[in-house]
Amino acid sequence: MSALSIEKVWKEYGDQIVLEDVSLTVDSRAFVALVGPSGCGKSTFLRMLLGQERPTRGNILLDGVALPSEPGADRGVVFQRYSVFPHLTVLGNVLLGKELTASRYKARLLGAARRSAVEEARQLITEVGLAGAENKYPAQLSGGMQQRLALAQALIMRPKVLLLDEPFGALDPGIRAEIHTLMKRLWHETQMTVVMVTHDMREAFTLATRVVAFERRRDRPEEKERYGATITKDISIWPPRIAGAASIFGPDRDGPVASPGHRRDDLAPLGDI
Amino acid sequence: MRWINTRPSPGAQLALTLLPFALLIVAYALGSAARLAENANDKLLPNLAGFADAIDRMAFIADPRTGDYLLWSDTGASLVRLLSGLGISTAIALCLGMLIGMLPYLRALLSPFVAVISMVPPLALLPILFIAMGLGETSKIALIVIGVTPTMIRDLALKALELPREQIVKAETLGGSSWQIALRVVLPQILPRLITCLKLQLGPAWLFLIAAEAISSDAGLGYRIFLVRRYLSMDVIFPYVVWITLLAVLMNYLLDRIRIAVFPWSELEKQA
Repeated sequence: MSALSIEKVWKEYGDQIVLEDVSLTVDSRAFVALVGPSGCGKSTFLRMLLGQERPTRGNILLDGVALPSEPGADRGVVFQRYSVFPHLTVLGNVLLGKELTASRYKARLLGAARRSAVEEARQLITEVGLAGAENKYPAQLSGGMQQRLALAQALIMRPKVLLLDEPFGALDPGIRAEIHTLMKRLWHETQMTVVMVTHDMREAFTLATRVVAFERRRDRPEEKERYGATITKDISIWPPRIAGAASIFGPDRDGPVASPGHRRDDLAPLGDI
Repeated sequence: MRWINTRPSPGAQLALTLLPFALLIVAYALGSAARLAENANDKLLPNLAGFADAIDRMAFIADPRTGDYLLWSDTGASLVRLLSGLGISTAIALCLGMLIGMLPYLRALLSPFVAVISMVPPLALLPILFIAMGLGETSKIALIVIGVTPTMIRDLALKALELPREQIVKAETLGGSSWQIALRVVLPQILPRLITCLKLQLGPAWLFLIAAEAISSDAGLGYRIFLVRRYLSMDVIFPYVVWITLLAVLMNYLLDRIRIAVFPWSELEKQA
């Protein structure tokens, strides 16, 4: 299980109130999209879920237990940029999580443990459509491929919650549509709850089970500092999308999708999968 | 076409690269010929034959007093000092730089201190080193270390600090501890910078080495130059200077090749 409950959370930086009185309960295996104008604190909210920042007031609980005050292995993350390590190959990037958890001091795996981890990593790499690129460095990959890699890297930890901070914002529309299909499939197949910050309404409504809008209720210049943003809309998608269950209303990349064959940002000579 | 858009062809590029060197040699040859025409015993600008003779004497004929081949024994003595100095500096800079860059507590403790220490002119400390450590190898190596380390520490700390916060957070979500993140995320990413940093510090390191050797030594490239200065032996000084330059250029080149060979991704990042 991986239900999140956010109870009356405030976030202030000095005098500036960024978020006020945010309460939200996210069911296990939900896919929540956070939308709202720039600078309304969506990313701050996500960073608090991540543990990178702490709420000034209020509590955030994961499965009824208060979140630890630093990022940890139960919450995976994909940022818009800098999510992958430039000094590791694709395989190295995906393996890293395994190596850090399994080998406390060397942070490296050897022998049989390494072979089985490599096996698992390769499987995941294939799953996100990067087969054949295992030995490339991120600088040799396109933006879309880097984000696929970031997803694989986060997923190998089997996080309870996956946090996405505008992960596909910098991709062009065609590639974004492909990675949406992938994202949807991963959400159906894994056990995780997903919280995604996005600017793209279409993306929010295509992927999420629930769209939550952040907004400042008072936004006049003289009020800006003392009034933060809060949740103004909370829309459950209808017909409901349920993780793992195919939707019968599925024209727009809905439901679990079979691999659609060749993708635009795949390696050229790979052919159909 | 605008000047900023005109580019030389590969051939022209090579010619342009070689031109300043050729001009320098020609200018020297002309000056030397003019002086020697006036006075065949002129010592200030010897001609090529003079250089060949001096190089032969220094490099290939054993010194009658010690039995050493002076150029090589000088080079050996200097390189041992230079490399041990740089080696010690690198080790210190890597440890402290990473710690300062990664740990806010150590940054608060050491960062201002290192910034102040790096402002101390190292040559002004040379007398203190000679008094405290004697005139032997220790004080010379110490001078290089003192001169080079603070800058390297600051540079590496800055680089460690520059790593995007997202990467560190990502590593935390992959279950990394501080030690593991240092080992697998920060260290490999600042090693290429360490090599670049070492490259940039070669110049100062040579400077400190030659200064220390000039004042007190019994072997070394800097020592020899300052020794033969008394006899106006330009025929020895010039080849020594060229030799030192060559050594520095060679080290520079090797460090770059090492970086590209060991950290291929650092070159990719640069192009990206």
